[in-house]
Amino acid sequence: MNQITSHKLLQIEKLELHFKTRGGTVQAVDGVNFTLDSNRAVVILGESGCGKSSLAKAMLRLLPRNVDKYDGRVFLQGADVMEFDDEEFRKNVRWLGISLVPQAAMNSLNPVIRVGEQVAEPAIVHLGLGKAEAMNLVQKMFQHVGVPQDFVSRYPFELSGGMRQRVALAMALVTSPSLIVLDEPTSALDLLTQANIMNVLKRIKHELGTSFILITHDIATSSELADEVAIMYAGQIVETGHARDFFPAPLHPYSQMLMASVPRLRSESDPMFITGQPPSLINPPKGCRFAARCPFHFEKCNDEPPVFERNGRSVKCWLHA
Amino acid sequence: MIIDLREVMMSIEKINEAQPLLSVQDLRVWYELRRFGFGHAGYVKAVDGVSFELAEGETVAVVGESGCGKSSLMKTILGLNMPTSGGIVFDGENLSELKGGGLQKYRFKIGYVQQDPYGALPPFMSVQTILEEPLIISGLQGREERLARIHKVMTEVKLHPVEDFLPKFPHMLSGGQQQRIVIARAMLREPKLIVADEPVSMLDASVRVEILKLMRALQESHGLSVIYITHDLSTVKYFSQRIFVMYAGNLIEKADTRRLLENPLHPYTHALLAATSDPDARNADSFKEVPPSEPPSLVNPPQGCRFHPRCARAIAGLCDQKEPVDFEPEPHHFVACWLYQPQ
Repeated sequence: MNQITSHKLLQIEKLELHFKTRGGTVQAVDGVNFTLDSNRAVVILGESGCGKSSLAKAMLRLLPRNVDKYDGRVFLQGADVMEFDDEEFRKNVRWLGISLVPQAAMNSLNPVIRVGEQVAEPAIVHLGLGKAEAMNLVQKMFQHVGVPQDFVSRYPFELSGGMRQRVALAMALVTSPSLIVLDEPTSALDLLTQANIMNVLKRIKHELGTSFILITHDIATSSELADEVAIMYAGQIVETGHARDFFPAPLHPYSQMLMASVPRLRSESDPMFITGQPPSLINPPKGCRFAARCPFHFEKCNDEPPVFERNGRSVKCWLHA
Repeated sequence: MIIDLREVMMSIEKINEAQPLLSVQDLRVWYELRRFGFGHAGYVKAVDGVSFELAEGETVAVVGESGCGKSSLMKTILGLNMPTSGGIVFDGENLSELKGGGLQKYRFKIGYVQQDPYGALPPFMSVQTILEEPLIISGLQGREERLARIHKVMTEVKLHPVEDFLPKFPHMLSGGQQQRIVIARAMLREPKLIVADEPVSMLDASVRVEILKLMRALQESHGLSVIYITHDLSTVKYFSQRIFVMYAGNLIEKADTRRLLENPLHPYTHALLAATSDPDARNADSFKEVPPSEPPSLVNPPQGCRFHPRCARAIAGLCDQKEPVDFEPEPHHFVACWLYQPQ
């Protein structure tokens, strides 16, 4: 198994994360598979409540207390990290292998510690660097993300939202992980700041060869970074493919309707909306989970569709059988 | 044919000039800064010399980044802030002269759609209470009448069957449904003007368009005027007839939506349009051009044009000295930029 996966940076197989709640079991991540090569960026697109943030948590094993089921396999550079115990995982995977830039990262900085020290901390803890070395590294990271060098001794409140977002990014980079998971990195930012952050991410990808998993609902902005796209719906990935194949012609009916709902500045097309609501993840419908909202549904959709693969694309829909 | 059209537009313009629904003249909204709680320490010039007119039934989008003063402008139009100087005349009433009951009546005539529907709805009130309260405050006595009115607006925002929704609490509704309640609440007192502050920015992509289309349908069927405040240029053309671009407390460009999107004039408008992405895999191959640095402090805005420190086309000795006035390089297209000064 390891031999097959060794050339992939990340391979996820049948990842499941279910939560216990009073109403029943929430199947937030339900059998997710995907792979990622090094120096590539995959965008996981989905609407709120589809389980995309839970997927990020599942990959990094940042689990809340009410976990009902956590299962599947995650290979990072060939190693099956699901076999690791919590301490091994903390030491070897988090920060060193995969860093996370959490949602609203710019508000996740400690308000009473200087930003330079905060960025240095993962380097001190995980790389075992001395403080002076770590601060040198911080200076270098600040350069990569475009934060002026003298900002190291500032406090978070002295920085604008865009600058704080860059600082959070620098923190994720400081341990030179091969993969960074970004959860909605630009959704709280202004238009020009968003464009700036996307520029920074592109530059990091070129200069440092980092891979990205970008989790977002902002389809237009996500295309700025995407090499590959995965569409998530009701806890499952329903379509994957190269960005240049996906954006012009999505395959799954949900992807098609989602793309048609995006208002465009440079086209005259009238955006459409998807009627109905995603199903509850507590008792998701049997068969295809999108069937109730799908204009093309037919008898077969009562059975759960398998994933059909063709030309490097995959789609979980009976129409493509 | 073109001349005919222009004449028609001119005559429309004349009608509008005769009776604008809303007229804002050289509006300034400054907040005083105090040192240690007292002692003057300057002003935050959130809105600094804004003028425009809005006709009845017209929709306009105010586009700008956070901190440009668009929320202050909106709150002043709603009568929640008082102008520091300049005037707002809405439906024949001058805001600066109103007090007490008069001010309350003024506010009844403008509907407000908030940005975050969950934050805008009191979590401990049922939909019925939320919608009934404004009617009680505005003095609608009969319970039957109030319920009839609630039924009507709920049907208009397509929340049916109405009875199912009335006893629900906000947390039992989806984001899109919550935003419909907020819109219904804004429509309750049959306003002539709706101010919508980023009404869809908190919603998912597939719901966003649905809400925008609903708002447009309401606007058309009731002949409402709408001020749509947003930072998202890609939604503007589906909704508004005119666009105002706001930067550091000023409206720097005002034009018809189509004209502004096809022929942006101000360098800042150029930058905003360039930064707006459409979903396209080719985006990943190139970097975006973004003006350096960040919007200026509104306490000490730069001298001259407020955009000049970030502007690649700034003219030394002019843009950093003199504040530009509104030029009209093509009909009905106003831009506050020295580049368009007539020779």
